[in-house]
Amino acid sequence: MHIMEGFLPPMWAAIWFLISGIVVIYGIIQLNKLISEKPEIKPTLALAGAFMFVLSSLKLPSVTGSCSHPTGSGLGAVMFGPAITAVLATIVLLFQAVLLAHGGLTTLGANIFSMGIMGPLIGYIVFKLLKGKINITWAVVLAAIFANWGTYVVTSIQLALAYPIPDFGTALSNFGTVFAITQIPLAIMEGLLTGLIWDYIMKLRPDLLSKLGIIDGKLNNGGAQ
Amino acid sequence: MELKHVLMIIGIIILTIAPLVMYSGLTEEDGYFGGADGAASDLIMELSPEYEPWFEPFWEPPSGEIESLLFALQAAIGAIIIGYFFGYNKAKYDFESKN
Repeated sequence: MHIMEGFLPPMWAAIWFLISGIVVIYGIIQLNKLISEKPEIKPTLALAGAFMFVLSSLKLPSVTGSCSHPTGSGLGAVMFGPAITAVLATIVLLFQAVLLAHGGLTTLGANIFSMGIMGPLIGYIVFKLLKGKINITWAVVLAAIFANWGTYVVTSIQLALAYPIPDFGTALSNFGTVFAITQIPLAIMEGLLTGLIWDYIMKLRPDLLSKLGIIDGKLNNGGAQ
Repeated sequence: MELKHVLMIIGIIILTIAPLVMYSGLTEEDGYFGGADGAASDLIMELSPEYEPWFEPFWEPPSGEIESLLFALQAAIGAIIIGYFFGYNKAKYDFESKN
């Protein structure tokens, strides 16, 4: 998901930069705190970042006939919350903006806001609401689905705010058709993939997840469940 | 592997292949399988034709080949890290459950 370079009027580019900048700085502080308190969680951090790296490079066909890519932010959101995920997303978005001309430097703030902040925040809230109520795997699946889909809904809102032609509502439904509808099957796909990865982490390293406070620490080392 | 996981993998495969089957034979020239990002910027140009992008990417991959190189690189970096994490922990898990 990207708003292309130069396609946001300077005022909007500045607004999103400001908001995203604050969150990313807060995320870096949180990240440093987490690493110094629990250095053993570093591999999971690398895993969440790498997952975003792979998923955002895969442009997948959707039933609407256009292509778009997953965001991979749901896994990070569930494990680390939205602020730290925003830092990871910034790395991914910088790579794509600088080397691939996908997204851009002027639109970086807006793209971080949708993919790095709002998507993960929505996923995080979904996970918190469902955790303990349904099987944790499905809570993760749904969190990832909404993190992905939320990203594209937010992008549609951002574009409709910048181009309210002829009015905000009409513009929103136009951009929504391009982004949000295309994204539904891709979001489901990402949710399932995130669920698979999640179950595998839970089988191999439940200790790391309990260190992060996501699952109860009752599972002993090596125990699948 | 549990049945749940097999079904999840089948779901992913079906979701990926379904659009290719639905629009089989159609290509980018027919308006299919282009990027949604590009579609959004086309929509912006349609809504406000006088809009000029005010900033250009300072570097663009010179061709589609180079672009796919960089995309493959991006995926490879991610895949190496994921593979390392699971490879290392799988071996550790197997070792520990043997003892």
